[in-house]
Formats: sequence, C-alpha cells, structure tokens
Amino acid sequence: MARIVLTHSACRQYTGGTAELESDATSIRGLVRDLEARFPGLGRQVEESMAVAIDGVMHQDDLTASIPEGAEVYLLPRIGGG
Amino acid sequence: MAPDGTPDLKVVGTRPIRPDGVDKVTGRAQFGADFQLPGQLVGKVLRSPHAHARIRSIDTSKAEAIPGVKAVMTAADMPEITSEEAFVGEGPADFKDMSGNTMARDKALYDGHAVAAVAATSAAAADAALAAIEVDYEVLPHVIDVEDAMVEGAPILHDDMFTSGVDPKPATPSNVAKRMVFELGDVDAAFGKADIVIERKYKTAPVHQGYIEPHACVAQYAADGQVQIYCSSQGQFMVRAYVAKLLGIDISEIRVTPLEIGGGFGGKTLVYLEPLAVVLSRKSGRPVKMAMTREEVFRGSGPTSGGTVWVKVGAKRDGTIVAGDAVLKFQAGAYAGSPVGPGCMTAFAVYDLQDVRITGYDVVTNRPKVAAYRAPGAPISNFGVESAVDELARELGMDPVELRLKNAAKKGTKAAYGPTFGDIGCVETLEAVKDHPNYNVPLEPNQGRGVAAGFWFNIGGESSATVNINEDGTAVVATGNPDIGGSRASMAMMAAEVLGIDVERVRPIVADTSSVGYCFLTGGSRVTFATGMAVVEASRSVVNELKARAAKTWDIPVDAVEWQDGKAVPAGSNAGDFEPLSLEDLAAKSGRTGGPIAATSSLNAQGAGPGFGTHLVDVEVDRETGHVKVLRYLATQDAGRAIHPSYVEGQIQGGAVQGIGWALNEEYIYDDRGRLDNPGFLDYRIPVASDLPMIDTVVVEVPNPRHPYGARGVGEVPIVPPMAAMANAIQDAIGIRLTELPMSPPKVRKAVDEQAAAEE
Repeated sequence: MARIVLTHSACRQYTGGTAELESDATSIRGLVRDLEARFPGLGRQVEESMAVAIDGVMHQDDLTASIPEGAEVYLLPRIGGG
Repeated sequence: MAPDGTPDLKVVGTRPIRPDGVDKVTGRAQFGADFQLPGQLVGKVLRSPHAHARIRSIDTSKAEAIPGVKAVMTAADMPEITSEEAFVGEGPADFKDMSGNTMARDKALYDGHAVAAVAATSAAAADAALAAIEVDYEVLPHVIDVEDAMVEGAPILHDDMFTSGVDPKPATPSNVAKRMVFELGDVDAAFGKADIVIERKYKTAPVHQGYIEPHACVAQYAADGQVQIYCSSQGQFMVRAYVAKLLGIDISEIRVTPLEIGGGFGGKTLVYLEPLAVVLSRKSGRPVKMAMTREEVFRGSGPTSGGTVWVKVGAKRDGTIVAGDAVLKFQAGAYAGSPVGPGCMTAFAVYDLQDVRITGYDVVTNRPKVAAYRAPGAPISNFGVESAVDELARELGMDPVELRLKNAAKKGTKAAYGPTFGDIGCVETLEAVKDHPNYNVPLEPNQGRGVAAGFWFNIGGESSATVNINEDGTAVVATGNPDIGGSRASMAMMAAEVLGIDVERVRPIVADTSSVGYCFLTGGSRVTFATGMAVVEASRSVVNELKARAAKTWDIPVDAVEWQDGKAVPAGSNAGDFEPLSLEDLAAKSGRTGGPIAATSSLNAQGAGPGFGTHLVDVEVDRETGHVKVLRYLATQDAGRAIHPSYVEGQIQGGAVQGIGWALNEEYIYDDRGRLDNPGFLDYRIPVASDLPMIDTVVVEVPNPRHPYGARGVGEVPIVPPMAAMANAIQDAIGIRLTELPMSPPKVRKAVDEQAAAEE
C-alpha cells in the first residue's frame, strides 16, 4: 500500500478536496488506472499533466516506474525548464 | 568514487578545449541567419501595430501583384486547430493557441503579433509587399498590467476563457486562465505559533531572455511534400513536432537540421518563423529564409512573465521558520500558460517548511505570449520570498546566512512542494558562501551586502545517442540536442571516460532529426544528465562489443575479457596470456571480426537531482544618481559532479549576470496605446562586461546517485537568487527595501528622495 499525496488543486478537484489517499498500485500505470477508477478524470489528469514523485524521485512520462510497498507518492504538476 | 562505482575518473572533471570552439571564434560556425540555399526567397512578417484589435479583413491582392513577390500568406493558409493540449516543448502547449500566436486569425492580441507574411526575391520587394497588405482592424481596449487584467470590467482577450480551478465554474469569461493552490500542513495554525511575521507584496517586470542571435530559419517544401528546415532552436525534434502539428504534415515528411544556436535560455523552445517559412515555400515553390530583426524579437517573441508576489513568512524568536504563505499573479502574455505552477512549487523550496500554502493565478494580457526562461517562474517567487526572509533576518537580528542555514532543506527534509529530498547540496552552498573571502570584506558607507538562495528541480526525459567507432579507433558521438551550454564537450568526455580514450579522439556531433533517435529538447538543464546517460549507455554497449571482438580474436569466452584504459585485456592468468588489444587494434580489424562497431541507446531518464545555489553580492549605491554598482558577486552551486567545470562555472556566471540585469534595468516600456517603446538593446538595458565585476563561483559537488557520474543540471538555478540578493544588498547599503523590479536608477533615486523627505 502506498500513500498518495495530492498537494495541488488540479488533483484535489477530482477527490472532493481530499489530499491523501492510499493505493495498492505497484507502478505508475497501475496508479493511473486505480485513480481513474475511483475518481473519474484524475487518472487521466495524472497521466497527461502531472509528475509523480516516488519516495522523492521525480518521474515524468514514465508509466513503468515501480511503486514500492509503503512508498510516499506525490502528484505534482509537470516540470519543464528554460 | 562516482555513483556507478568508477573509482578513478580520468576525463570527467577535467577542462579540455571545447570541440566547437575553433568554429565559433573564427566565425566558421553556421548560425540560423548564416544558412543559405540556392534560389531562396526573403521571407518577412507583417505585425500588428495594435495591442488589441479585431481583424475584420486582410487584402493581400496589391502585395501579390508587386514584381518579385512570390507568395503571401495569412492564417487562412494554415489549418484551423481546435483546442488540443500536449507536452512537446517546455510547457503544456495548446496548439490552438500556438497556431494563433504564430499567425493571428481573428484578433491581434499584442503589438507585434504576426498577421501576414510574404516571400519575395529581395528584401526590398518583401518590404514593399508588407506595406501593400491592407488589414482592416477594429481597435479594442487593451490591458498590459497583470492586476489590471484581473479586475472586473477589464478588456477581455478571449471570449472563451473561463477561469479553471475555481468552484463553481464561472459563467463569464475572464483574463484569469487558471487558479491553483498548493497546500501542505496547516498554515493558519502554524502562523499562530510564530513570534514574528513578515508580510509584504513585491512586483517583477517581464524580461526577455536576451539571446544575442535572433530567430532565423530556412525552409524548403519539395514538390513531393517533403519538408527540410534548417534553423537555430533548442530542439530540432521540437521544431519538427510543432511544425507537423501546426501545418497538418506527417512527422516523417519533415527533416529538421539544427544550426548553431546563439543563446536560447528557454526562449527558443517554441516556433515562430518555421511554420510560416514552410507555408511560404509551399506556396512559392522556392526555399524561404526568414530572420527576425532585434525589434521583432522584442515585439514578437516571448519574454518571461512579470508578476506580483504577496508573501507572508512566520518565524519563532530563535529563527525557526514555521509557516509560509504566498499569492502569485503571473502574466502569461496573450495566451494562457505562464510558469506560475513552478513559481508556486519553488517559492519556499530552499527551506525545511512543513506548513505552506501558495496560490497562483495565470493571467492573460496584451503582451507577447511568454516563453520559458531559465528556471521558469522560480526567480519571480524567489524574489518575494528571499526578500521577505531577509527582512525576517533583520527583525530577528540574525545573520542572513545563519538564518538560512538554520532552516535549510537537507537530505530527508520534506520539500515545501511535497516529496522528501534525497541527496542535495543546499546547506553546502550556504556554507561555501560563509567560507568565501567575500563574506568578510569590510564595507564602506553606501555599500551593502545581500544574500539569497535558490532552487530548481532539473528534469530528465527522453534522449538518444549513437556511438560509432571509426576504423582508426576514433569515435563519433551523435546526439539530438543543440549545444547551448557545452553539451558537445560533456558528451565527448563521458564517452571518452567509458571508452578509456583521450577526449580529443571523440568527435561529438548534433545530428538532424533523421539521423539520430528522438531527443526531447535542450532545456530544463536536462542534457548533461539525460542525454549524458544515453551516451554512457551507448558507450558501455560499444565496450561490450569491443570485449566480444577481443574474445573472438583470442578464442576465449567474452567474460574472460576486461576493458582497462582503452584496451581489452585477459581477465586473469586463467584467461590466457595475450597482449592487450587497444581500441585502435580492434577497430582496424572490425571488418574481419563481425563488421562495424557502433551502439545506440534510447532512454527516458528519471530522477534528475534537484539543484540549489546561494548568491552573495556587494553593491554600492550612488544616492545622487540612483545607480547601483556591483562591487563583488559570488555564486555557489551544487553541480552534483561537474563533468566540465569550466562550463559549469560559465553557466553559473551567465545566470547570475542575467539575474543582475533582471534586478537592475530590464523592463518592457509600453505607451498608452500598448505599443512597445523600447524594442532594442539601446533602450532595453542588459548588463555588459563593463557593468560587472568578475562573477566568482564555487562549485559544490554532492553527487546525484541517479547519474553514472553524479551529474545534476546546472543551467537553471543561477538565475533564481540574483534579484533578491541584489535587493537585499541595496537594503543593506541605504536602508531602503525596494520591492519592485527593476531597481533602476530612477526608482532608486525616488526611494532615496522619499527616505530623505520622511526623515526631515
């Protein structure tokens, strides 16, 4: 079970304001599926517009990354640069 | 030891001569405007003279009749794109908006917005054609300032823009494209524990990236529909993707050849001219060359946002910062998409702060659409927060570096934007400032010292690299990232490190889109990290193949061969007694042992190491003129591992200088009709060498465990702290807190006069 933290209003709008969730997903792809099933629209939002920090390591456009048991997962807006 | 276990690095960390240096200092390098094709036409753009106007009609018939004019285009020659967002460049791109920004369709939304373009056999004919195009405008009220654009009754730029992120969804259109809130912990309760609270509003001006090379390209549309584009940009694959999308062309039909780039800093992560040149070439049947003038660069290409930053910071008497709150209002220019999101996330990131809230607004105004600029958004919020923290230090009577050290983020800290930090060097950069001689230089009257710290995430992403071994044992490393900050050198060095050969024997090239695998653009300080990982992987594959060839030569198992210092050697006495085979030996006989030796790696690099830096500046303020002289400047930064330290130092110095310009002089000046009054370097003042002291640097190395050699991006962080550091130094010099950028002589002088009047 991983702890999923939504710091951004772009995600919280799908959860009715809930900022923390739990998920059994073991990969980002699984997390996207899980979130979409529980909060329609959130999975797509995460897949298309968010970065996923798993235990502090940022992932973007990477559905294959593993989510370890007990991981701390933050959903954040995607990051670019100049 | 490097994170990959390499005990003794021989090339990484040295300072070889840059592989592109001779071409650049002799003028042989081909930048965007240098490239020519036989029979090319001159392409030029007609730009709106109005800040906001409805385009009733455009009559191009007279222009088309001018001798030498071969093509005239408007938005009607481009596909009309419905709203579709994607992330191809540096930010989420809405292709409808991108198309509209490239060529206005129904409305011109800023002074300088492209409304038509021509191609002719001479510049004179093209100019005559531009003059002959008749545009019927209905001039509309305009709005330039971000907060003016937010008030009820402000001129509305887009009738279909309704603020997202608010509940319930608004029923009327607004210039506020988006509202967002980041929140961690219980901010209001945390402020209740504070002994001291600092609350103030700050304002920054939109500033241009200021690259020396204007946008330029040549496009050729062949009779069979194949498109060739030669241009300077921050990503040939980005240009290919955007042109394909905007013009409805298959990606396979487009080949983009990167030319040298004379600066980008994020401003060349978009297309402006390329789609127009392709359309004009298609219509004329000739290659078309287009190049912006400096005036066009200012009027028509993206600056970064200006914005307002309201900050509230609370601390205990012992200096522990307990709460942070901020409201950021960023102007996005004519279309939605300011960097307010990263501005929010980075605002308090240098601090160990668990109760934080940042609210951001993305606001459209009648200015050019903003583009990325180093660490997009972070310098703006940092100016507010780091100015407020300086005020906090003064209230507490604490040294500003000690206050930051007491609250600095470190390994294990939960970042103020959420995740837990791994290996980071925030504390180390602060300590490097304390240890530097500049920290203790005595100051004279009207001189002051300021400090500020900054953060940027850095990114990875998709990259490819191919390593080819030539018959003589030299190597070619091909990647798909334009070399902006020295990536050719760092790619060659990492390949040489793995191959075990001199870096001079590795030739790095920046390949076109048909000659190397996909690479996301050069930006976000990602290339040394991500493309560097691809180079290392490809080089390791080459080494494995070289070992296999040696094994074949010796008739022993491949696992009985080791690679040491550029040579294959038996793994031990049991493997046999063979003379080492050098890379040259193996390359010379590659045809007889299995064919050419080459390897490609394509990957999606994750886990870019966050970057931190601290800047310390001494200034002297002339109370009579308001001029601020920079006496000393020190920038410290964590580079993880400096692959080529000279380039790292150069990136840090360049960022600091751009930040000094942002702090002291740079701003867009509009007249009352919304027309830009200072579209040139004479009136838009960027720092030059004579304005500056030597920018001292200290490179701290806290290795990034996700990179084979520990590298982390370095190009973004150094522009984050300078504005606050300068403001804090001016406060220290004259006792006045300046809250609005630029802190130009008129503003400084006005503040000094007001101070004197208040004291009378």
